[in-house]
Amino acid sequence: MTASAHTTETVITGIGVVAPTGLGVEAHWESVLAGKSGIGRINRFDPSPYPVKLAGQVSGFAAGERVPGRLIPQTDHWTHLGLAAAQAALDDAQVVPATLPEYEMAVVTASSSGGTEFGQHEMERLYQNGPSWVGAYQSIAWFYAATTGQVSIRHGMRGSCGVVCNEQAGGIDAVGQGRRLLRADARLVVSGGTDASLCPYGLVAQLATGLLSVAEHPDRAYLPFDVDATGYVPGEGGAIMIMETLDGARQRGIGAGYGSVLGYAAGFDPPEGSARPPVLRRTIERALADARCAPTDVDVVFADAAGQRSADLVEASAISSVFGAGAVPVTAPKTLTGRLYGGGASLDVATALLALRDQVVPATTGTTRLAPGIELDLVLGQPRSLPLRRALVLARGHGGFTAALVLGRAGFASDRQR
Amino acid sequence: MSIFTLDELREIMRSSAGVDEGVDLDSDIGDRDFDDLGYDSLAVLEFASIVQRRYGVPIPDDIVTESGTPAKAVHFINIQLEKAGA
Repeated sequence: MTASAHTTETVITGIGVVAPTGLGVEAHWESVLAGKSGIGRINRFDPSPYPVKLAGQVSGFAAGERVPGRLIPQTDHWTHLGLAAAQAALDDAQVVPATLPEYEMAVVTASSSGGTEFGQHEMERLYQNGPSWVGAYQSIAWFYAATTGQVSIRHGMRGSCGVVCNEQAGGIDAVGQGRRLLRADARLVVSGGTDASLCPYGLVAQLATGLLSVAEHPDRAYLPFDVDATGYVPGEGGAIMIMETLDGARQRGIGAGYGSVLGYAAGFDPPEGSARPPVLRRTIERALADARCAPTDVDVVFADAAGQRSADLVEASAISSVFGAGAVPVTAPKTLTGRLYGGGASLDVATALLALRDQVVPATTGTTRLAPGIELDLVLGQPRSLPLRRALVLARGHGGFTAALVLGRAGFASDRQR
Repeated sequence: MSIFTLDELREIMRSSAGVDEGVDLDSDIGDRDFDDLGYDSLAVLEFASIVQRRYGVPIPDDIVTESGTPAKAVHFINIQLEKAGA
């Protein structure tokens, strides 16, 4: 390994989780291993007039306990979740931002819906009372970059900040962008994402895709790769991570963190009806090439798991064509949370790092009978203990966004021969 | 005679824009800069618009953002109320 490759090796040194499966890394991980679902009937508003009645909601979150008082009325629930997760990730990585150069710390988050709940409230004031009733904070709270901006301001991080709006793929693309910044001039990047769009306006906007499950029983609503798959359950929350170079982390005395980002690739699907194939297979191959590893070097795949027949088939085919039919364990613990949009792939990255840490693949719950043509070794029922060196995380966002990330177990990547 | 009080402004600041950690709004804030209290121009605009709606008097944006301190803002608001014959 060359000195420069060593210097730019990207590690993840802190994780903050706010998810339907729990608040905090360990609470989430315990729920995932126990198969404890965070999906239930929507209770943030009355869902009875809407076809979708189930969601993965973050419960037990009190903004007043986790977000600066000044920011609560200025920002949307999604930003509250992001601020809390960012603080937790910084604490986890033992980062004291004030001790680091402000222009060498960056923030890149994923956001899919922006501040819909805040926006709905302001629109209600607009049509019920008139324009002067719309609050000044509507100008910033709805905006996709609001979470990035508020995290940046709160922690004095003035490096290259940005937001990626690639629906479900965003959480991986934020990590990919974080790695680019670390290779340029950043020493630390706050990455990942949250989303929270469980208000009537947000839900109705999601219904337009026709991809959501209208099942009413939580155990049978989101069954990716299953013969009975009928769509996915929406969710809120996500994960924020601290990314650093391995050398930077070692200089801080932190070591190799949770694991390394070994490879990343993004792609965009051709339009529907095109003769060209979906890009997922090539995106996986490019991520593996970027990680300089072969399919046999990957020990587990965290699937995107759309929960919709044709998308599931495309994903399973891509995995089978790269790795061989049933040749690699595949899992989708997001069956416990629903799909979290900008927060979904971030949470999958966090979960995959925990799987690498503890050498156990969490199970996909709900799914029982694989649909015809799905040739996957899907980990069902119970978690599966096995040696894990590398994990591949996949994400596909509505509209064609596609991303793949190869993660390596902590300490493993930096010591291996190249 | 003042109709609009500093206490009322405190209540509006608290509910509309929140309070920074380390700031005691109940202390003697009259002559401290809004900036110093953690209220940027957007925050000042927000509570100016609440005063405007509540009392039905015009509060031009620039005058409020330039008033600088809660005491000056209260004074200005009372002048506006007086002009309106409140």
